Amino acid sequence: MSGGSQEILEVELRGIGLLKRRLLRWKAILTYLTIGLCLTIIAATAIGPVYIPPAEIISIIWHKLGLRVGGFSEPHMKIILQLRLPRIFLGVLVGMALSVAGAIMQGLFRNPLAGPYVLGVSSGASLGAALSITFLPAVMGVYTTPLAAFMGGLTAIFLVYNIVKLCGRFAVESLLLAGIAVTYLFSATLSIIIWTLSRDAHTILLWIMGGLWGADWLKVEVIAPIILLLMFITFIFSKDLNALLLGEETAQSIGVNVKFVEKLLPILASLMTSAAVSFAGAIGFIGLMMPHIMRMLVGPDHRILIPSSALAGGIFLVWADAAARCLLELPVGVITALTGTPFFIYLLRRKKP
Amino acid sequence: MRLRVDRVQFYYEARKVLDEICFEAGEGEFIGLIGPNGSGKTTLLKIIDGILKPRIGSVYLDCKHISKLDPRELAKELAMVPQTADLSFDLKVFDVVMMGRYPYLGRFSFEREIDEEKVRFWMRLTNTLHLAERSIKEVSGGERQRVLIARALAQEPRILLLDEPTSNLDVCYQIEIMNLLKELVERLGLTILCAIHDLNLAARYSDKIILINDGKIKSIGKPVEVLTKENLRDVFKIEAKIEYDRGSGSLTIIPIKTVAPEFEKSKRSIFSKALRKR
Repeated sequence: MSGGSQEILEVELRGIGLLKRRLLRWKAILTYLTIGLCLTIIAATAIGPVYIPPAEIISIIWHKLGLRVGGFSEPHMKIILQLRLPRIFLGVLVGMALSVAGAIMQGLFRNPLAGPYVLGVSSGASLGAALSITFLPAVMGVYTTPLAAFMGGLTAIFLVYNIVKLCGRFAVESLLLAGIAVTYLFSATLSIIIWTLSRDAHTILLWIMGGLWGADWLKVEVIAPIILLLMFITFIFSKDLNALLLGEETAQSIGVNVKFVEKLLPILASLMTSAAVSFAGAIGFIGLMMPHIMRMLVGPDHRILIPSSALAGGIFLVWADAAARCLLELPVGVITALTGTPFFIYLLRRKKP
Repeated sequence: MRLRVDRVQFYYEARKVLDEICFEAGEGEFIGLIGPNGSGKTTLLKIIDGILKPRIGSVYLDCKHISKLDPRELAKELAMVPQTADLSFDLKVFDVVMMGRYPYLGRFSFEREIDEEKVRFWMRLTNTLHLAERSIKEVSGGERQRVLIARALAQEPRILLLDEPTSNLDVCYQIEIMNLLKELVERLGLTILCAIHDLNLAARYSDKIILINDGKIKSIGKPVEVLTKENLRDVFKIEAKIEYDRGSGSLTIIPIKTVAPEFEKSKRSIFSKALRKR
């Protein structure tokens, strides 16, 4: 580049600071996504066996907030408040958790194939759910299976970390390998249970495929604080995740406590995933796909990648679930996988060698 | 700022990589670190930077033990330009350099105007500002090396460690980078410890040279004292012609042949076998 054009470029850069420009861009992205999420919630509430016009939905929401704007019918209010809204909010939270967990794992392992389930959380939760469906009487009512699934997820995390500890030196690669080992172990056990012991194979399979059936406000209230809190904590570490993109040693050299971050963040992401999976089953692809899409759109800086993945994950899962509801109540995991596969092929084609 | 490396020993598993390494570096010194492949240069740099912990011995900065310093505080004193950086994600050059400001930012704070000013200053000095908006994956090898140096300088360290900054670069970039480093030492009083493969570059730019062989310091001192025929024969297994070049005012080393009698003998017999087969 010649001296003259460089000078011009520099003047241009000085016009508005790069930091300021970046901040404006980030604000715009988050604003658009937040508006998108609000519109998605309203649109998805309208869709279903009974169509309810958005205007009516808004007046029902206003009514719940203590204001009277416009009219609505009582049965519509019941459908919205007791059936659709809890399901949509559960979808938003689960979508957020899975895609944030995926973004964190991909950044941490610097591996595009990493996702929320790398530590074997999905297979652990599936095994827990299968055990409870097969053996446990519903001691806790409808919450027995979610609780068992959550415990299964925790067991997977616990096992993975102990395998790594057993092998001596801690390294993220060994975390990845131990995760694969635990996944296969649990999947095999799950197959045995389905094959030999369970008369409820259909129920178990339906659970594994993942869906947002039977959502209620209590479920939303239980997982909302867990997921939002964990998401906030991981967001605090986004600068450390950025530094890790330059490699472990460089990150350590600029003052990041690499060992701490690499030990803590997979646990937080997996806890988030366990909470999501325990109520919604092992919904696939979303945690792999959303972070990739958002990285292409907003860049790899985790300070924008984490919140925008969260919002986009919420939006995507709600739409996928709306589609599932319209298509004879298919498990939503089927929809995410069906839309995810073509996208992945597209990603592969796009990638330059 | 005074750097003191005191009787450092380091092992990978059971293999001893560094043994009894002792030296000091003062303010405004350019120290070249030379030695054959696998002699422990990179390991030594990583130990000084606090990335690896020595089994025995210690590294002191102004009489303070580096492991007693907070990693962020250490990052403000010492910066490292690694030989290889795996940059698999599409970070912008500006963002890569901005990473150097990490030790100056609180956990909850974003980069400030002052950080951008400093980053621009170092990018201008390393001639990388025009690349600011490009992806780090797109820039050439020489540009990338300058970006990584800018990132290290953005930490505003008093000691800069470099691991073969000129390998893989063509000759113009080699001189450009070495001149930049020399100016940092002379004008800003930075201390530089730089592992170099190229003996001629080491001879020309270093105030002091440390020659490492098999994890031990073989020789340390001015280029003329270290780059002797005997040392080159013992350590690098080469016969070399060493001349004083008036133009550059430094030593030039011209390798003539290798000193590896065993290998030479076996090579000769392999060649003769190959000839007989024809």
